[in-house]
Amino acid sequence: MSQTLTLSPFELALRLGDDALTLSHRLCEWCGHAPTLEVDLALSNIGLDLLGQAQFFLNYAGELEGAGRDADALAYHRDEYEFKNCLLAEQPNGDFARTIVRQLFFSTWQTLRFQELAQSSDKNFTAIAAKALKEVTYHANFAAEWVLRLGDGTKESKRRVVDGISWSWRYVDELFIGEDAALRPAWEAIVRAKLAQAGLEPPAPVRGITGGREGRHSEHLGHLLAEMQYLQRSHPNAQW
Amino acid sequence: MTNVTPIWEVFVRAKNGLAHRHVGSVHAADARGAVEAARDVYTRRSEGVSLWVVPSSAITASDPGESAALFAPAEDKIYRHPTFYTVPENVKNI
Repeated sequence: MSQTLTLSPFELALRLGDDALTLSHRLCEWCGHAPTLEVDLALSNIGLDLLGQAQFFLNYAGELEGAGRDADALAYHRDEYEFKNCLLAEQPNGDFARTIVRQLFFSTWQTLRFQELAQSSDKNFTAIAAKALKEVTYHANFAAEWVLRLGDGTKESKRRVVDGISWSWRYVDELFIGEDAALRPAWEAIVRAKLAQAGLEPPAPVRGITGGREGRHSEHLGHLLAEMQYLQRSHPNAQW
Repeated sequence: MTNVTPIWEVFVRAKNGLAHRHVGSVHAADARGAVEAARDVYTRRSEGVSLWVVPSSAITASDPGESAALFAPAEDKIYRHPTFYTVPENVKNI
């Protein structure tokens, strides 16, 4: 626990909220395009869980900031450099295997992060974490089951999941910068065990790419935001 | 591309005390995957507290060609319906 609050609570809420928001948007891009109806619904369900988490975290961030901004204002009226999500969350979907590997990496991290957050002295954080833990536990299991099937499936599925691992592995370092470094051994143990179970080699060390937490993003986030924010930017404060 | 993923029949128990009811089917490579797919497809609006999945191939169905022999004889046995009794007015819970 302890380290949870060395970051300002506002910054922490913003990071966790932006993670959930950007990945939620990515997963909802699969809607109507997933390989099967079952997977289509599963990915949308995960996306909606994440959207709910984003709403809680960003509303709380707005409260902490005290400048009258709520989740919608933070989601729709900030520019790219003001987003504090990790780079992993904003990466394009690629194929199904790449999406699933991203989910395994991210949801496993979220699970560990929220277990820690649930011990926080901040009641709002503990409440959000307790609710979200049930969701992310399922997300991590779902992704692990698919990694197992893809890795242990056909030659083609294995090739794709290996590609997914090498794509996403570059963004793992960023999950553990600063106070989150302590979570890394547990994360590595879980992920490496899942990969081994699927007959997949743990990836060779790579130079990690970081910057998202400081607002320096990959080129992909701008495109994502353009789509997500278009309506509110063109018609500010439009209501359903 | 041919889809060779097996089909599973899904049964949901709406709440404790009720029986599992057939609700539909899902595609999945194995039983565990079928439970997950069923969870996402059939219980996302809190429809249930328990799931069963059964390989569709494990189900033996009656032959439509035999329908006449199997089901028609029951049609004129109306006395098998408990509709020939007058229920006394004060009797409840029937």
